[in-house]
Amino acid sequence: MSSFNRDAVERRIFGALRPLTIVVLLLICLFPFYYMLLLSFRPLDAVIQDPGALWPKGGEIDLGTYRDVLASPEDGGQGFLVFIRNSFIVAIGTVVLTLLVAIPGAYAVSRLEFFGRRQISAVFLGVYFFPAILLAIPLFVFFTRIGQRGTLLGLLVVYVAQVAAVSIYMLRNYFDTIPAAIEEAAAIDGCTRLQAMRHVSLPLAMPAIMSNALFIFMIAWNEFLFALLFLVEKRENWTVSLGLSQLAGSIEVPTTVLMAGSVILTVPIIALFFLSERWLAGGLTAGAEKG
Amino acid sequence: MTTGGPAGQAATALEAPPPAPQGRRPRRARGSRASDDRRAGYLLISPTVVIVFAMVVLPILWTFSLAFQQVRLLNLRTTGIIGDYSLENFTNVLTSPGFVDALTTTLVYSVAGTACAIGLGLVAALALRAPFRGRGLVRACMLLPYVAPVVAATFVWSTMLNPQFGIVNHYGASLLGWDDPIAFLSSSDPISPFGIDLHVSMSLFTVVLFEGWRSFPFAFLFITARMQAIPESLEEAATVDGATPTQRFFHIVLPQLLPTIAVLTVLRFIWTFNNFDDIYLLTGGASGTQVVAVRVFDYLINRGDIGAAAAQALVLAAILAVLVGIYLKFFGRSEDVA
Repeated sequence: MSSFNRDAVERRIFGALRPLTIVVLLLICLFPFYYMLLLSFRPLDAVIQDPGALWPKGGEIDLGTYRDVLASPEDGGQGFLVFIRNSFIVAIGTVVLTLLVAIPGAYAVSRLEFFGRRQISAVFLGVYFFPAILLAIPLFVFFTRIGQRGTLLGLLVVYVAQVAAVSIYMLRNYFDTIPAAIEEAAAIDGCTRLQAMRHVSLPLAMPAIMSNALFIFMIAWNEFLFALLFLVEKRENWTVSLGLSQLAGSIEVPTTVLMAGSVILTVPIIALFFLSERWLAGGLTAGAEKG
Repeated sequence: MTTGGPAGQAATALEAPPPAPQGRRPRRARGSRASDDRRAGYLLISPTVVIVFAMVVLPILWTFSLAFQQVRLLNLRTTGIIGDYSLENFTNVLTSPGFVDALTTTLVYSVAGTACAIGLGLVAALALRAPFRGRGLVRACMLLPYVAPVVAATFVWSTMLNPQFGIVNHYGASLLGWDDPIAFLSSSDPISPFGIDLHVSMSLFTVVLFEGWRSFPFAFLFITARMQAIPESLEEAATVDGATPTQRFFHIVLPQLLPTIAVLTVLRFIWTFNNFDDIYLLTGGASGTQVVAVRVFDYLINRGDIGAAAAQALVLAAILAVLVGIYLKFFGRSEDVA
């Protein structure tokens, strides 16, 4: 062996690189969000004069951007309050409707033997590899023809159809982990299938249902393409995502005001994410450990 | 699918194999119980089947019909299922200027974006492998680019990269000595690192970076989960035998990760290939970033040519299917393992 010890050199290099990598990764992950928050507090003139400032100067903090972005257009604002309401209607509506169809569906796929069970799963899965833009064309045409394009209800129905299958997969995996013996015991006590499902399996699946609900909420809240296609001509029905993207193109609205809009769009998602992070991350990787 | 949302994609992707049939029940009870089950099964699954069929399956079939007709936004109300079918849309689309460019751009974007996302995800997973105080929080932070609303993320990126008052150009000029601000999202000048002309515009390069930033958490999650399943004894044994960290990585860790990376490659490639939101929001498809999905949108909304849009979307889906088919043919085996 030479005096040059490869193992020791490598250990030292990686030992130094590792913390550095972590810091850099954290920086690229967090800085854009910090910058968003920072700009939403600073007046536009200050940003243009000093674009490199990494924190607001003393006395510079200005919450007027939030007032501007939330106020209705009649009061000289951008009307985000209405957009927030729309986003909540669509997102919560999607959650409720999806769970209503997906919980029974997931239960059926997990527990009940019926003809076509596997095929249904395969069709649902296959659908998710289609380009969204392909699906967007006929739906755009269809909703235009029946005069429902531009309504929140039309958008909601499309969202439910898109997330129902994902939701069934997540819930089914959870139902699979609940031992069938528990339900069989209920059956011996005289419960029918549906009673056993309602009184035995459903309460046990509650944690999964909750995380699934949060997850659908995030998808519906973040969605952009269909909101753009369906609602763009009706400003009073814009969601927060759509409103932000539409106003971002105009010169009249100051960037700092729109940054306040971005913060409003992002905060509910980040809050939900940290509240449910353990659950969501667990759900995302469930099954990935299988060798 | 964009609408499924990133997290939705993950859930679908990780779908577990169908559950094993349940244990045999006593013979006598079986008949009535089984038919009860069948009836209940149909009852419970039917709402989902109806809505997915009406809002997903039928529309996809209808796209085929639209693609073979001359449908425009203006004559939409008079178009039916029965119409004049022709291949005109397809010939027009395939021979129109810009289609091949859009296809090339889509390919470059998907391959480079996928590579970026998986590379960064692997680095992050390795860096966060050994436990330390606060690792859970750091891991959660790593997922933020992935869960944040795409509109907010693209908006903050375009502001940061703004040539007038963006922070990147400000520090580029003051710290790195850039002579002119770089128009990251509106420059169609080809980038040429070290004098090599890559035929990739600055804007395309930027949207690839964005894709890497936004999607690496997905790869990070998968790779981390797989890494946790590698038995420690393997590496311990190798360490005892004198294997250095890089040797352990290349001969023990990486081979274990390869099947996972192969699956990730397929998934990320499909979703990047189909991606519309990111590029539409960052550049609108200008300056060498027009991917096919954005082009389809342009035909649908700006030109009002529904038939041509449908034809292009089908071509996009077909090419994707062929590419994925080829990939699975070559790497299908490793996917079975994963």
